Amino acid sequence: MEPVVRLSNAVAVLGQFPVLAGANLTVNRGEILLLQGPNGAGKTSLLRLCAGLLPLARGEATVLGCDLRTNRAAVRSRVGLLGHANGLYADLTVAENVAFWGSTVGASASEVTASLVRMGLSERLANVAVSRLSAGQKRRTALACLVARRAELWLLDEPHAGLDASGRDELDATLRDATSAGATIIVASHELERAGALASRVIEVAGGQIREITGHAGPEGVR
Amino acid sequence: MPTPKSPTPETSTPASAAPAGGASTGTAFTRAIGLATIIGMGALAVFGLFISPADVRQSDSVRILYIHVGTVWVAYVAFAVTALSSAAYLWKRTTSLTWDRFAGASAEIGVLFMALTLLAGSLWGRLSWGKFWVWDARVTSTAFMFITYIGYLAVRGLGGSHQQRARRSAVVALLAVLEIPLVHFSVKLWRGLHQDSSVADRTHVTLHGLMLFSLFVALVAFSLLYVWLLMHRQRVLAMQDALDDKGLDYALQQRRSEGDA
Amino acid sequence: MLRVARLLAAKDLRIELRSRVVTNQVLPFAAIVMVMFAFALNSDAVVSRVAPGLVWLATLFSLLTLVQRSFAIESADGATDALRAAGVDPAGIYLGKAIALAVQLAVLEVVLLLSAVVLYRAQLRLSGVVLLVTTFVAATCGLALVGTLYGGLAAGVRGRETLLPLLLLPVVAPVLIGATRATEAALGTGGATVADGWPWVGLLAVFVALFGVGGTLAFGPLIEE
Repeated sequence: MEPVVRLSNAVAVLGQFPVLAGANLTVNRGEILLLQGPNGAGKTSLLRLCAGLLPLARGEATVLGCDLRTNRAAVRSRVGLLGHANGLYADLTVAENVAFWGSTVGASASEVTASLVRMGLSERLANVAVSRLSAGQKRRTALACLVARRAELWLLDEPHAGLDASGRDELDATLRDATSAGATIIVASHELERAGALASRVIEVAGGQIREITGHAGPEGVR
Repeated sequence: MPTPKSPTPETSTPASAAPAGGASTGTAFTRAIGLATIIGMGALAVFGLFISPADVRQSDSVRILYIHVGTVWVAYVAFAVTALSSAAYLWKRTTSLTWDRFAGASAEIGVLFMALTLLAGSLWGRLSWGKFWVWDARVTSTAFMFITYIGYLAVRGLGGSHQQRARRSAVVALLAVLEIPLVHFSVKLWRGLHQDSSVADRTHVTLHGLMLFSLFVALVAFSLLYVWLLMHRQRVLAMQDALDDKGLDYALQQRRSEGDA
Repeated sequence: MLRVARLLAAKDLRIELRSRVVTNQVLPFAAIVMVMFAFALNSDAVVSRVAPGLVWLATLFSLLTLVQRSFAIESADGATDALRAAGVDPAGIYLGKAIALAVQLAVLEVVLLLSAVVLYRAQLRLSGVVLLVTTFVAATCGLALVGTLYGGLAAGVRGRETLLPLLLLPVVAPVLIGATRATEAALGTGGATVADGWPWVGLLAVFVALFGVGGTLAFGPLIEE
């Protein structure tokens, strides 16, 4: 089967700085891949490249069958990216934010409600303005927006940051559900014990390259 | 307007853009053009200052026109080249950073000559109409063009990858093509409704045969100067881009060794 | 595209209803500008003669603020990136944000016009109402379209506060000229007749058509990395 992500010598540049310096990576359907590595190693850029945001400067990259050199915009509606920023509108309520981001990809009202429930936001918090939330509650809201997008490839940048214990449990359960529904997930995280238990494979990013691969590749590693 | 192409990696500079020897932007062709420019400018000085007669009404101030017409001609040509090169960059079948560099180099020259045009024009205006500035449609839209292309150059300087710079500035250049005629037309309509007459009625210059020929010499000399500047500047920009790419190779090595430490 | 545009416009307007930034900050700013013009010109006769121009000049200054605000909403928490990452049609983003901006501008212009009536003794007349409304609609659309276009370009870059006026003001010059002359005709300022105004509305319409099409095509490439 065609891998979900295939990078070959991928170079990406921010300004004149090579954030990715020739990355090679293959990710198969149903995997939960953990990216680890020091700050500035290129984890975020790798996720942004896979999301079709960062242009490919050299090398080859294919995500969900789309060639990122020629058509990186095509991949965007099929992946979901949770970056450092939450992408939330501070003056809107939690429910309004999730509904907005859900409807950008045509999610129905029931799907929006379901994702609010999934992240434990359906009750008291639903009608609270995002500006009044704590950092962890904002993160939950951003995750709910992501759930509502029903992406084929999930790209998560430090998703655990700021979440409390129940939030982390909900996140992990959500990710497992998503993979069993056929999604593929790449997580960048410093919380190794947490994310490591979840991941089917761990890779090390350093100096804009993929350094080492541990664990077992392939979808059988998920269960 | 053609739909912009999603950028394809183009890091190598075409050989034609970076001449052998690396440090020079001159070729036999540009040297010939340069020589012709010097001769043309010399001829213009002789014709403009000595051979051509003073105007019946404007006396010697008419000689400023040889500069003024030459610089405004270069500025208009330069902005037209910027627009065409930008369109060529955005058109899928001809997309190349060379077009982007031509657009940028030409706009820089255009802004310079537009500044000279406004300067020479207002000096001449002071001498022949007693005022530095008139609210004529042509004068006003020329000033707008000047500001617009200063903005274009600011957009070029925003940073990002070469492709991002090229795409963004090409779109801005084509938007300027929408803007300039609208400004010109609206100022024209505006002045048309007022009693004030336009420049053309009050600045009637009776062109003597020799004056016409001097004007022709000016156009040729300034056109040669434009071509000479454009070739050199475009090559300097190509070298800068190539240097960035070289820098990228080095930065890539540095970046790769980061993880080893 | 239209679905996205409606979604974005509704979102921006809802944010304004909640935050009241435009109502509480931009409107008072525009009002004080109108008062300042009177200080600078120092003559009742002059002020009432140039009232239409001052209304549109104050609108342009406020437009800069409104555009900055419109894109500050997106960049505050990385929503610009999120919109691109969601694969949302850029033409839809463009039209949606332009619609929301147009609605806010329209409210602002009405307030400015009323303040011109009060402060500058500008006279409204019944025969000019159709021309006045048409002018305001056309000029508002034009300003919203180019404001959103250049606002989107400037939003993602360093030095956005200074770049936006440099790029935007030259482009909106035809709107300033056209809308001012048409408004003068509608109000009868300086003896202008209503019939004098319609050619200017034509100019505004051409402006809206050109930048509507141009902006819809150009917005995507401008906001792309």
